[in-house]
Formats: sequence, C-alpha cells, structure tokens
Amino acid sequence: MAQTSLPLTKAKEPSNLKNWFGVTPFFLFAILFIVLPSLYLVQGSFLNAEGEFTFQNYIDLFTTPLIVEAYKLSIQVSAATAIGGGIFGFLLAYAITVGGLPRQLRSALITFSGVASNFAGVPLAFAFIATLGRRGFVTLYLIEQFGIDLYKSGFDLYTFWGLTAIYMFFQFPLMVLVMVPALDGLKREWREAAENLGATYFQYWARIAFPILLPSILGSMILLFGNAFGAYATAYALTGGRLGIITIQIGAQIRGDVLHNPGLGYAMAMGMVIIMAVSLAGYSWLQKVSERWLR
Amino acid sequence: MSERRFSIWSWVWFLLGAVYFLVPLYATLRHSLRMERDVIGFKAYVRAFEDQDFWETFLLSNTLAVATIVASVILIVPTAYWIRLRLPQARRITEFITLLPFVIPAIILVFGLIRTYSVPIGIPFTAIELLQPLTTSKLGTYALITAGYMVLAMPYMYRSVDTGMRTVDIRTLTEAAQSLGAGWFTIVTQVILPNIRSALLSGALLTFAIVVGEVTLASFLGVDAFGPYLFLIGQHRAYEPAALSFVTFLLTWLAMGLIQLATGGQGQTAGAH
Repeated sequence: MAQTSLPLTKAKEPSNLKNWFGVTPFFLFAILFIVLPSLYLVQGSFLNAEGEFTFQNYIDLFTTPLIVEAYKLSIQVSAATAIGGGIFGFLLAYAITVGGLPRQLRSALITFSGVASNFAGVPLAFAFIATLGRRGFVTLYLIEQFGIDLYKSGFDLYTFWGLTAIYMFFQFPLMVLVMVPALDGLKREWREAAENLGATYFQYWARIAFPILLPSILGSMILLFGNAFGAYATAYALTGGRLGIITIQIGAQIRGDVLHNPGLGYAMAMGMVIIMAVSLAGYSWLQKVSERWLR
Repeated sequence: MSERRFSIWSWVWFLLGAVYFLVPLYATLRHSLRMERDVIGFKAYVRAFEDQDFWETFLLSNTLAVATIVASVILIVPTAYWIRLRLPQARRITEFITLLPFVIPAIILVFGLIRTYSVPIGIPFTAIELLQPLTTSKLGTYALITAGYMVLAMPYMYRSVDTGMRTVDIRTLTEAAQSLGAGWFTIVTQVILPNIRSALLSGALLTFAIVVGEVTLASFLGVDAFGPYLFLIGQHRAYEPAALSFVTFLLTWLAMGLIQLATGGQGQTAGAH
C-alpha cells in the first residue's frame, strides 16, 4: 500500500541514476505528506464499517441528502462567485490595461488585488460581519440614509448570498491578477490592422480581442471556481459550521463521524478532490489554448 | 474617438472595485475604534494586545511560519537547482507535484494527515512500529503541521525559486564556483542562494501570509495558533476581533507590498481561504 514506486526507476542510463539521488528528499517529502495521506483517503473510501472492500460509499454519495445538498450548495456558491467575480475582475483588468486609466491606478489596483486575494479566512469573515452583518456599517447606513432594510428584503449574511458576497472579495482580485498579463498580451498591431481595414472599436473587440481572450477568461473562471470550492476557513468563521457547504461537512466528519460511516466521509473527500482535479485540468488545458495567441 | 466612451466605463469599474475593497476595511476599522460608547479610541486594540493568549498564539504562528520557510528553502532550493542543472527530465513530474496542493485543499490535506499520522508509524505489512503517532506529542504535532504548511506553500515557493533561477545563469555560476574549488554545499549556500534572494524573499513572504492566519490545519491538529485564537475570540468578544482583523490586514498588506518591492511588480497570489 505504502510502496509507491520511486521515480528512480525512470532513469534510463546508470549515470543518470546518480542524478536522481539529488532530488530524493523532495520526492520523499511529497510521498510522505501528499501522496501517502491521499492514498489513505482513497483506501478508506473503498472500505465499509467492517473494513471490507466496497463501492457502496460512492453510491451513498449520491443518495445521502446531506451530502448531495452540500455539494449542490458548494457548486452554487463557487459557480456564482466564479462567474460574477470573473466578469467583474475582467472588467477591472480591462480598465487598468487597455481601458485608458492612468498608469498609477494600475499598480495600485494590482497591489490591492494581491492583498485582497490573500486576505481571507477568519479576518475576512469578521470584516464582512462588521460591514453587512445585522448591525453592520453598510446595513445600518442603508436603513438610515435610504430606508432600505437589507435583512427585511431577504438578504442574510449567513446564507448563500452572504457567503457569495464575501467570496467575491478574494475572487475578483484573483481574476484581475490572472487577466492582466493576458490583456497585456493583446498586440497593438492587431488593433491597428483592424482599424486600417475599417473596423470600429466595438468590432475589434467583438471579432478579434474577445475571441482571443475567451479561452483565458474561461480558464481563469474555472480557476476561481476551484478557489472557492476548496475554501473552508471563511465559511467556518462566518457561521461556525451551520452553512452546509461541502468543506464544512467534511470538517464536521473529521471532528466526529457525523455520517456514522468513516468510509462515506473519505468518499465525500474524494469527490471533492475529483472536482478540484477536473477544474485544474480544465484550467491548464484552456491556458494552453490561449497561449497560442497570447505569448 | 470611441475609446473615450470606454474610458468612462473604465472609471466606473475601477471605482466599483475600490468601493468593494475599501468599504469592508473601513467598516472593520470603524467598528474596532468604537469599543467605548460615544468615543473613538484604541481601547479594543489595547485590550486585544493585553491578552497573554494573543502573544502566545501569535508567537507560535510566527515560529511555525519561520520553520516552514526555512524547511521549504532547504527542501526546494537544492531540488530546483539540481533539476535545472542536471535533471531536466524530472521537471514535468516535479511541476505536477507542486500543483497537487491546488487539487488537495487544506481541509482534505488535514483529513489525510490525521488518518495517516494519528496511528503508530510502522513498516507496511509488518507489525514493526517505528514511531509513536505524531499527533500524540506536541513536538510531533508541530512537525506535522509544519510539513502541512510546506505542502500548502509549495506551489508558490517552488515557482518563486524556479523563476528566480531562470533569470540567473546557474550553469555558468556553478562552473565558475567549481573551477575555484567550491563543493556542492558551498555552491548552493554561497553562490545560488544570494543570487535568487529576491525570489526567495517573495516566496518567504507569501508563505508567511499563508501560515500566520491559517486556521484549517491548526484547528484540526489542535495547535494553539493565531488563526484558531482569532476564531475563538470572535465567538466571545465584539470589538477585539475587529481590531485584530484590521491588524492582520495590515500585516498582509505589508507582506504583499514587500513582495511588490522585491520582485518589481510581479505580484503573486495564494490563499488560505
């Protein structure tokens, strides 16, 4: 089980074998702390309560309402913030690259984005409680100035919409950071050529720039999806585990077998890894497609 | 020109972005300054800093961050160097490994680490036990969480180091050092490390930003770090959490600002979301 073959075997010539020794510590570390823990989860996901081999856990994944709901909510939040954050982040990246804003604003926004995409977890949840919570600054401001009560009109920070609003705080800055290099890659010649042929600015964007950027935009949105899908700390700090997204349910399972079946817990974790792997694969494929034109 | 029209929209998007970014920070700061009724003051900050637990957890998180950075540098620099110099065929598999932490989020990683290391470590298929479970001793838990943080930081650290090595000609530097009689240890510590120091600094600061506020690994492994502490006081107090959140934000800003300076504007991103 633990005998994962070392890449040593891959070396073709004996003289090469010696070179592989130089990277043994790194591979050993990866096996001990990434591969082995993952394999133990895989192994656990195929065992029933008696320790016998079974596929039942993976079947139960689709029939246990708690788990299905958790995946659904996680996918909804991740998709909403990936699309919303993706569009807004793209518009911002557009504004500071080819949108004609002063150069100083560009570096200011990129620094902001670096900070915001790293400012997450517990402090971010607290910041939004102070902003959009029941006694939050914006909530009270809207009541006092405009007579709009967010909480009476159906908004609640501790639900889907609240979590979506919070995730946006790190999602759109990430989009800015990944889209700016792509937008910088648009060549001036393409636009000049289009203009010389009589294209309007709108035609240039609709027929040339946007199609070139599309794989990169879609890929980045998938990256955002994975970014939100794996998030745990922010949601946990916000609701203390009451909002049942998939990472929260996995956390509850680690704390104390809430599903009353350890194997099902491991299968739940594996389902998440599979979704993350698919999105990362999609991202890197689209990244390759977009590299055809952009550098 | 039609571009003028678009530039107005650019301003609109920019201002919207600025509002989304600044309002929560303003709200946090405002809240943290209002601990005393009708007075704007720093009482929440004083209270937060008076708490002995704050200093203990904060010190522990910083120690873990330094340990993670040092161990990551020791592990990754020689590896990236060796792959560039002697083993280019290992590049693909290594890059694949460094991307794995993106597929395995912190919550899954800690799940796997607990399942693997909360039992005695033995030789597979035998009854021989080599080590007690890591999670039963304090030192073992610290070692385990440091390894976990190394995994979380690995994509950023490896990329920083590898990018740093691409910009310096390590082959020529190595040959020059060798012809002067330097050994491998001397080459890596005296020649390679100083030449990639800005890349190292950026990777180190990013690791710092990830580790200091990290809450998932710390809370499940039962380590009394700053992240779980902040979560805990958030359950019991009203103003101190806002104060500490704002301080955390300033620290993140400091780390990112230094990265910008160190790398000349090539910002990076990570996340402990």
